Formats: sequence, structure tokens, C-alpha cells
Amino acid sequence: MTPNFLQDWLTKLLGNDAIPIVVVCALPLVFILVYALIAILGEMKISAWMQDRVGPMRTGWKGTFQPFADILKLMQKEDTTPSAVDKFLYNMAPYIVFIGAYAAFAALPFSSAYMGATLNVGIFYIVAISSLAVVGILMAGWASNNKYSLYGAIRSVSQIISYEIPAGLAILCVVMIAGTLDLNQISAIQSGGIQNWFIFGGPFPMEKRLLLLPVMIVLFIIYYITSLAETNRTPFDIAEGESELVAGYHTEYSAMKFAIFFLAEYANMFAVSAVAATLFFGGWQSPFGEVLGGPVWGIMWFVLKSFFFVFVQIWLRWSLPRLRVDQLMSVCWKFLLPFTLVCVVATALIVLNF
Amino acid sequence: MSNIPVDFIDVKKIPQVETQRLRTDEMVLNVGPQHPSTHGVLRLEVVLDGEIVVDVVPHLGYLHRCFEKHTESMSYPQVIPYTDRMDYLASMGNNFGYALTVERLCNIQVSEYVEYIRVIMAELQRVASHLVAVGTYGLDIGAFTPFLYCFRDRELILELFEMTCGARLLYNYIWIGGLSHDIPNEFVPKCREFIKKSRETHKEINNLLTYNKIFIERTANIGILPADVAINAGASGPMLRGSGVKWDLRRDDPYSVYNKFEFDIPVGKGWYGTVGDCFDRHFIRMLEWEQSLNILDQALDSLPERTDVQAAIPKRIKTPVGEVYSRIENPRGELGYYIISNGGANPFRCKVRSPAFVNLSILPIISKGYMVADLIAILGSTDIVLGEVDR
Repeated sequence: MTPNFLQDWLTKLLGNDAIPIVVVCALPLVFILVYALIAILGEMKISAWMQDRVGPMRTGWKGTFQPFADILKLMQKEDTTPSAVDKFLYNMAPYIVFIGAYAAFAALPFSSAYMGATLNVGIFYIVAISSLAVVGILMAGWASNNKYSLYGAIRSVSQIISYEIPAGLAILCVVMIAGTLDLNQISAIQSGGIQNWFIFGGPFPMEKRLLLLPVMIVLFIIYYITSLAETNRTPFDIAEGESELVAGYHTEYSAMKFAIFFLAEYANMFAVSAVAATLFFGGWQSPFGEVLGGPVWGIMWFVLKSFFFVFVQIWLRWSLPRLRVDQLMSVCWKFLLPFTLVCVVATALIVLNF
Repeated sequence: MSNIPVDFIDVKKIPQVETQRLRTDEMVLNVGPQHPSTHGVLRLEVVLDGEIVVDVVPHLGYLHRCFEKHTESMSYPQVIPYTDRMDYLASMGNNFGYALTVERLCNIQVSEYVEYIRVIMAELQRVASHLVAVGTYGLDIGAFTPFLYCFRDRELILELFEMTCGARLLYNYIWIGGLSHDIPNEFVPKCREFIKKSRETHKEINNLLTYNKIFIERTANIGILPADVAINAGASGPMLRGSGVKWDLRRDDPYSVYNKFEFDIPVGKGWYGTVGDCFDRHFIRMLEWEQSLNILDQALDSLPERTDVQAAIPKRIKTPVGEVYSRIENPRGELGYYIISNGGANPFRCKVRSPAFVNLSILPIISKGYMVADLIAILGSTDIVLGEVDR
């Protein structure tokens, strides 16, 4: 079951070369759109239940059509562009942010038979391409010709590029243990049931597993915290901190462009959750080993694990207050980074000696 | 700009500003008048050096409705609905202060039953106002959920008020010489239910917000107001008590029947930072909430015999020529009414000393040298209501 399975099968079926490529590339886009609807409804309902409310109840059965209503509303809204903005940057910014989030989906292992693009530098590519979003955010903040937006954009940029360091080092440790950058291979290594997932030590002999266990747990926590910062979610949402900056870098955007920013944020949330699920929790592997395993069930496990981490992100957003910008930077540089460096050295020692 | 002499202002020295070698420009940012966090229509002109606040100039008047001028053309009882609308989150207190002032001017005595009901309503209003203050403070800091838990409790209080006088926010309840309605029979049991529920919410909000490490990092050692600055600037209420000054009008200048109740006056102790920081003020509001529940318990236990609440209301208010100043402890501080009467049916002059106005004037002093996010936290801790600031 190579990850190229879908593309090869379609090429054999149709004889054509171009259509299978388009199909394979468009499938993540379709997934993002469907997932965004679920995630928007999920955020509304989960936040409502946590706050002792019920959320939307009137649109559709108990409010399930609310995301459709929101998308329709955004599509038919007037696209107001302030007159003093830098037109080119202002118009391009949402799309660049979305591209940064969407392109990461090319290397996510949805199942053993499907990956958007079979790169052997999978995770490295993901870390690199999701930095494209930083450029988009800076463009949005500057081009809006608005002091609040500029504040939001600058804070967001400094936050994202700072937190990429602990994130990258945490990923590096897992890569050292797995021996490959390809996410599909990393998922394949963790086969055999829940005890072989990297978070519990990995499919290694007992001494190596016991030594790796604390390191892996710490690395997962570090990676998860940095993923919250990468996607600008509370407690790291100073970039869009409503109470201070109205809406930060997307203050001046309305209608479809705002929808693209929104979509990009949810896509990014899924991408980082998926990476966390793949690196530490087995990706498309079933927790029961071979039962309910295989390429088709793999999609379900992958999506389920990622949805769980998205749910935790939503949960944290509605529970915790916001960190101030200098506290945020302190957490990254003075707290997460030393832990990460210790973990890198520990992982290197374990990998070399066991 | 503030008229306080320069050597009185203690500009906090920030290392980041000291070590700058490049000359940077300062940016003027307008916070408000439309802004999610200014608690109303307030415009703050903030001069920023990067993220550090160099100066804050509040611009008021967006909600000025000429209350004091209006009072000159209305009779004394007609002023009461207008007093509701000043501090719209503590309407009972506004009515109470005005009614006490006019009763002192005209020497009207009310029965003990009426006094007890007034105290019960004022303390319920204090809890309701502190719930809004704590909830919106959480919103300012970025915690969305405590706001809804606080408003869930506030619903119970507003139901109690609605059951008594028909209104949820602006009551027109405490009249000169009495009350507009007597409390119904379901009031006392429902109030006791509320007190029990509220004690649980108090613990819940403490666990969710007050003792949260992120919240403490955001509010401790921020906006430190020294005690002497607070007294000199005329601060009152939780602003003053947060700086360690034990001054509460219910104890130090008692009015109505407050001298019959046992309650603590919480003062700032610098629990997680310095005395007089934002966390102290927030925590004092939480403690005052608890103390108000104690007062309510005692008042409900010792409620005297029911009398006619409108018995002492005069048919026509005959004020002697003269002036009177009377003050009460509103949730925001010392609310004072200064009424000059020339013997006619209307007040000649009614001046209101609004606590939020005076507390807001301290904002430029205590927020220099902090960051923009801290400015929002400090503004939230002053707990202003623009209706009262502007009148």
C-alpha cells in the first residue's frame, strides 16, 4: 500500500495523467472545507456548553446548519475596502495566509494509501511552508493602514517565529527516534497497537522505551503548547486579542477575505493537530493493532485523533486568559526552549546508545 | 493633561526604555470611544513608545446627558428615575443616596422595616455590580467563560428585583420617605436560595479566574496605586481599599441600619504582588461579594415587622432653605449628593460626586510605564461606568 495508491489507480483507470493529479491535490481542499464547517459548529457548541449556554439552536436541527448560514452570510456581505490601503498587499494577504495553511496538507498522512504528495522530507516541508503564513499576516497588518492592525501583525509575527524553534526541536527529536522525515513512515513505524505509539515510548525494547517515555511526554506537551502559539489561539491570541486590539490584523477585512482568514486559521489548527497526532499518537494506526486497521479505517483514526486535539485547542481557548506579549516571549525563550534543548540531548544519547 | 504637579507623578523607570540607543518616534493611539474594553464610550488618547505607555489622556463626555441641569427643572421625587441612569449598574445605590440626602434635608424618618429592605436591596445591588465588574475584567484579560458564569448569577438577582419592582436594571425603587413597592412573600425564600447558590459561584470564579496563574501574571504588580496617592487623589471604594486604606462609609460614616450588621472590610494585602496592584482590587471585589452575602444573611434573619412602606412619603416635599451633602458606599466608591434648596419644589442645585469619575482621574497616574495590555487591565480594575463618569 504505497501512499501513491490513489494516484496510480486513477491513472490506470482514466489513462490520463493530469486529472488524477488534480483530484489528489483537490481532496485536501474539499476536506478542509467540510472540516471547517464541522469545526465552526463545534466551536460554537462546545464553547456554549462550557459557558452554561446552548449555542445556536434555530438553524437546522439543534443548530447544525449554523455554519452554512454563516458561510452564506459571509459570501453575500459587502466587501468594504478602506480607501487608503495598499491595494495589492491588502488583496493578496488572506490568500497567502491560506496557502501557507493549505500547502501543509500535502504532506499529512491521511492514510497509508493516500498522501497529497509523497515527499520524503514530509515534516521538514510542513514546518517550512507554514511559515509562509507569517508573510501573509504581516502583509495584512501593514496594508490595512491601521495602527491596531499593525500592532496585531507585529505581535503575531514575533510570536510565530519565536515558537517555531521549540516546535522544530521537538519535531527533530521524534525524527531522530524514527530515523525518517516522512510522516507516512513515522506512522508506519508505530504499528502494533496503542503501546507502540511514540508517546508511550515507541516500538522499542523495554529499557529504551522506559527511558524515552518521560522525554516523549515532555516533548508532546512542548509541541502542543507551541502549536497553540503557531495558530494564534488563546492563551496566545494577542494578535487578535479582542479586548485590546479589536480584531488585530484582520480588523479591516470583511466578507469573503475575512472568511479566508477564518478558514486559514481552522486549516492551520487541523494541520498542527494532525502533526501532533502523527508524531506522537500513531497517525493512521488503530490503537487495537490490526483490528480496524488498514488504509480505509486509517482515515477515520487519523481524523479522529486530529479532531480530538482540535477539541482540546477549543477547550483551552475558552478556559484560559490571555498572556501578555512579553510574558509570551518569556515562556518561549526562557521556559520552553531550555526544556526542549535538554530533551534533544537526552534523545540523542538514548538513540545512540540503545 | 492632569493638573497634578510634576514631582508628584512617579514615572516608573522601565529598563527597555533606558537601554534604547535608537531614537524612535512615539505613536498616538486612540483607544475608543468605540472599543470592546473601555466599558462604555470613553476615549483614551494613549501616547506609546513601542508597547510602553508614555502618557494617557482620558477624554470624557460622550455620555453626558445633563443630569444635574435637568434636576433643576423637576420636583424632588421626579429626579429619582434620572438618578437610576447615572451608574446604571448600581441603580439601587443611586436611588438610595439621593433619597437619604433629601430625607436628611427635610428631616424625614422612615420605619426600620423600610431601612432593612433598603439595605437588602443595596447589598444585592452590590453583589450584582461586582459580578459585572469581575466578569468584564475577565473578558478584558482574555478569559471568556467567567463572564457568563457571573451573568448567570446576576440573572437570579435581577429576577429578585423584577419580582419586587418590575424592573431589571433601572428600578426607581427607593423613594423619598419609603419605597415604591413592598417585597412580595416569595422574596425572602428566593433570596436565601440565591445566597446559597452565590457562595458556590464565588468558589467557582475564584478557582477559574482568580487563582489562575496567567491571570495572576497579568494583574499582579500592575497599576500599583500607593496609599498616599490614592488618598490625595480622592479615590474611594475598592480602588482605595486595594491600596491598604481601611475606609468604608458603611463603617466609618454609617447610614441607614448598617451599624447593626457584622461584616469585614477587606483591604489590599498584596497577596500575589504589591499592595495596591490590580490583583488586589480584583480580589477585594471578590471578598466584598462574600461580605455582602453575609450582610444579606443577617438582614434576612432579623427582618423586622412588616409596615406600610409608603407611610412616611410626604404628599408634598417641603424643603427648608439650605444645603446638604450626604454620601453612601456604592459598589464603585463614595457616591455623594450635594443638594442646595431654595425652598421651592425643585432642587436649586443637585451636584453628584461620582466615584467612577474620581477613580478614572487616577488612571493617567498609575498607568505610565506599563504596556498596552496592562493599560487595559488597569482600566478594567478601576471599574468605571461611563454613565456615572459623564452623568
